[in-house]
Amino acid sequence: MSEHIVPRKTYYIVWALLMALMIITAALSRVPLGEWNTVIALAIATVKALLVLLFFMHLKYENYRITWVAVIGGFFWLFLLLGLTMTDYLTRGPSGLAGH
Amino acid sequence: MSSTVTTAAVERTNYLNVDYSLKSWLLTTDHKRIAILYMLSITAMFFIGGAAATLIRLELLTPAGDLMSSDTYNKMFSIHGIVMVFFFLIPSIPATLGNFLVPMMIGAKDLAFPKINLASWYMYITGAGLMLYVIATGGVDTGWTFYPPFSSTYSNTHVIAAIIAIFIAGFSSIFTGFNFIVTIHRMRAPGMTWSRLPLFIWGHYATSVIMVLGTPVVAIALSLIALERAFHLGIFDPRMGGDPVLFQHLFWFYSHPAVYIMILPSMAVVSEVVSTFSRKRVFGYYAVALASVMIAVIGFLVWAHHMFVAGISPYAALVFSLLSYFVAVPSAIKVFNWTATMFKGSITLSTPMLYSMGFIGLFTMGGMTGLFVASLGVDVHVHDTYFIIAHFHYIMVGGAVMGYLSGIHFWWPKMTGRMYPEVWGKIAAGTIFLGFNLTFFPQFVLGYLGMPRRYHAYPEEFQVLNVMSTAGASILAVGYVLPLIYLMWSLRYGKVAEDNPYRATGLEWRTPSPPPTENFAETPIVTWDAYDYSSLPEED
Amino acid sequence: MHDSAHVVEQPGLRHHFADMEQQRASATLGMWVFLVTEIMFFGGLFLAYLVYRSAHFGAFAIGSEHMDFWLGTINTVILLCSSLLVALSVHAVQVGKTKLCAVLLLIAALCGVGFLGVKGVEYYGHYQEGAVPGPYWHLDLPQGTDVQNVQMFFYIYFVMTGLHAIHVTIGIGLLAVIAWFAWKGRYSPAYHNPVHVSGLYWHFVDVVWIFLYPLLYLISAKKA
Repeated sequence: MSEHIVPRKTYYIVWALLMALMIITAALSRVPLGEWNTVIALAIATVKALLVLLFFMHLKYENYRITWVAVIGGFFWLFLLLGLTMTDYLTRGPSGLAGH
Repeated sequence: MSSTVTTAAVERTNYLNVDYSLKSWLLTTDHKRIAILYMLSITAMFFIGGAAATLIRLELLTPAGDLMSSDTYNKMFSIHGIVMVFFFLIPSIPATLGNFLVPMMIGAKDLAFPKINLASWYMYITGAGLMLYVIATGGVDTGWTFYPPFSSTYSNTHVIAAIIAIFIAGFSSIFTGFNFIVTIHRMRAPGMTWSRLPLFIWGHYATSVIMVLGTPVVAIALSLIALERAFHLGIFDPRMGGDPVLFQHLFWFYSHPAVYIMILPSMAVVSEVVSTFSRKRVFGYYAVALASVMIAVIGFLVWAHHMFVAGISPYAALVFSLLSYFVAVPSAIKVFNWTATMFKGSITLSTPMLYSMGFIGLFTMGGMTGLFVASLGVDVHVHDTYFIIAHFHYIMVGGAVMGYLSGIHFWWPKMTGRMYPEVWGKIAAGTIFLGFNLTFFPQFVLGYLGMPRRYHAYPEEFQVLNVMSTAGASILAVGYVLPLIYLMWSLRYGKVAEDNPYRATGLEWRTPSPPPTENFAETPIVTWDAYDYSSLPEED
Repeated sequence: MHDSAHVVEQPGLRHHFADMEQQRASATLGMWVFLVTEIMFFGGLFLAYLVYRSAHFGAFAIGSEHMDFWLGTINTVILLCSSLLVALSVHAVQVGKTKLCAVLLLIAALCGVGFLGVKGVEYYGHYQEGAVPGPYWHLDLPQGTDVQNVQMFFYIYFVMTGLHAIHVTIGIGLLAVIAWFAWKGRYSPAYHNPVHVSGLYWHFVDVVWIFLYPLLYLISAKKA
């Protein structure tokens, strides 16, 4: 069983998208949009990360399901760490984290 | 593979006698030799951690703090905890029995990454060596939990060196974890489907997932303590806007699942031993396999139950308390299933079986007391008392260590080609069981009555129970030394073992004792389920 | 059992594997699982960032304004280009152009060196400005600023980018070694998984920076 050879053109398109998204995120960051700045910046970062994961890291062409399980599991576990911990910090109220 | 005649076994080339040179051991990539290297190292660390425990129990014979200063006492329980958790319990079964048996049980020649396996042992040795240096040059007194601000600001001991030692040993854990995961996914012999895997493999798979997901978080938590200590900055320091509880979140995110790293492999052993010595398949194979995975997953959702009185939000505490009740369910399922396996089975009370039965009873007691402390109200009363110490020692010693001894005895003939003296095995098992309960049951009472943990002096009224506990510890110590003696004795004088002395069903028993370096002369082709006693070749 | 003919057919096959595909799949899965451990390792720092930013957004925004927007952006460009080069190097070896593969890997490694150089310039700039937390702190901030938490921002910034830089350094070493082996002809269309697997590590380092960039450099619309 041989691995898929991804055509170079795909890599160039992905790279161009990454550069474009980077310019957009950099430009938008200078426009004050309140809370949306963070949302947009993280959304763009997520898309960039997905492009790298799927194409540069060949995740899209992976034959084995377990690789997907590992990657999705890894990010899910990160969110578990962040999310469950924040259940503490977000519900502490005024006596909690200094200055909160 | 027919079972071979035993008299020729001693002359046959196996993984032990293929090369006697030191270099062939220190540069080996054979998973079986690496398992032996680990076994020697962790045994040494176990007795060092045990020495610290001995000093603790000696101090606690009398109410006054008269054997050592309070600072020295702090070092004793810290060293005991760090050595026992990071340098004994976490590696114990996975690095010894896991390394030895995982490839054999799935019909493979070795683990997926043999050199990384060797590297993991060297990482362990480096960490352990550094820890021994820390102990020899003054120790560490922060407790194995390294809470700031004491660890980051006020302690005057070798905190950073101890952290580095643990960090390096953590790599050993991570390497073992991903080695097992890849091996189990990719190296199973033809016909060895997921549903034919021995439950030992399922248990080690779940353990490996925890190792991979959890260890890096404690690594970063401890690294931040080291940085704070070195550069006097404030990530956990309230004087600089930091939160010490943040450390506790990061620390326990690993350290709670870590206790499942310590218990799942023992449960894995118990599944194998109980089936073999009941001559019956494990009741509810899928339930037990799934329970292993559920323990690993749910185990990650409960960590803040160690922090109920640390100042976390009461709403978060509620959530974590509820989740902590859930984590008991898969463990209970396993206990029911092992019991059902034994029911109407053909029981042999061999040494491994005695240890496994002891495990089931003592783990159940430890687990149930875990439910007591999962309740917020009860925990407020017993947190940081001897109740907690008794709870976790019932699981770690009554559970994990007895599971380890069960496994060592069960697979001793396979690993060494020798039988240990069964009478002494039973005597030691009984001594350990008696000594263990005398040591730790009084501690439940002590904790409930209010004796705090990590104190080297206590009120007069607690002395009787403390004396009972120390007496028990002395018996327990004898119990642990006995196997050290007779197992070593057996290497030279023990009866030569057959390939499959217990008529067990795993693939590891269908190859000579001790096995040849490549494990199997031909790759096995599996056509039977796990614990299918009818699949065994006819008795000669 | 492997006889010599079998070994010649499958260059680089280790004895404990049944065939090349098993070896390739194992090494690839192994690296992915290792990268999961890296996600959790950096994850702890992302948690600290999240906790303190949610508590002290204003201070974090001020801290971010003092980051060098252009140097951060240049570094992002450098890493994205280096990832392209690494991906192209895998393609090169897959079609038999092993020398080209080696050259691309080397240039990618040099991009990494460039990244570290820029970070060095940045760090020095922070030092000069007085933005290094601790005894050398003397950053000029308006009256009434929550200095303590601006320091917290910079502390987290240094730890996160410092840890990232350590990983970049490891990646540079890894790419250089693989480039050397590629130049020496060790890899071919039939056997080149080490190139792929090292590439995975490098891309991961890039993904971490993809998140660090907006979180550290782009918090505030104002730039100091």
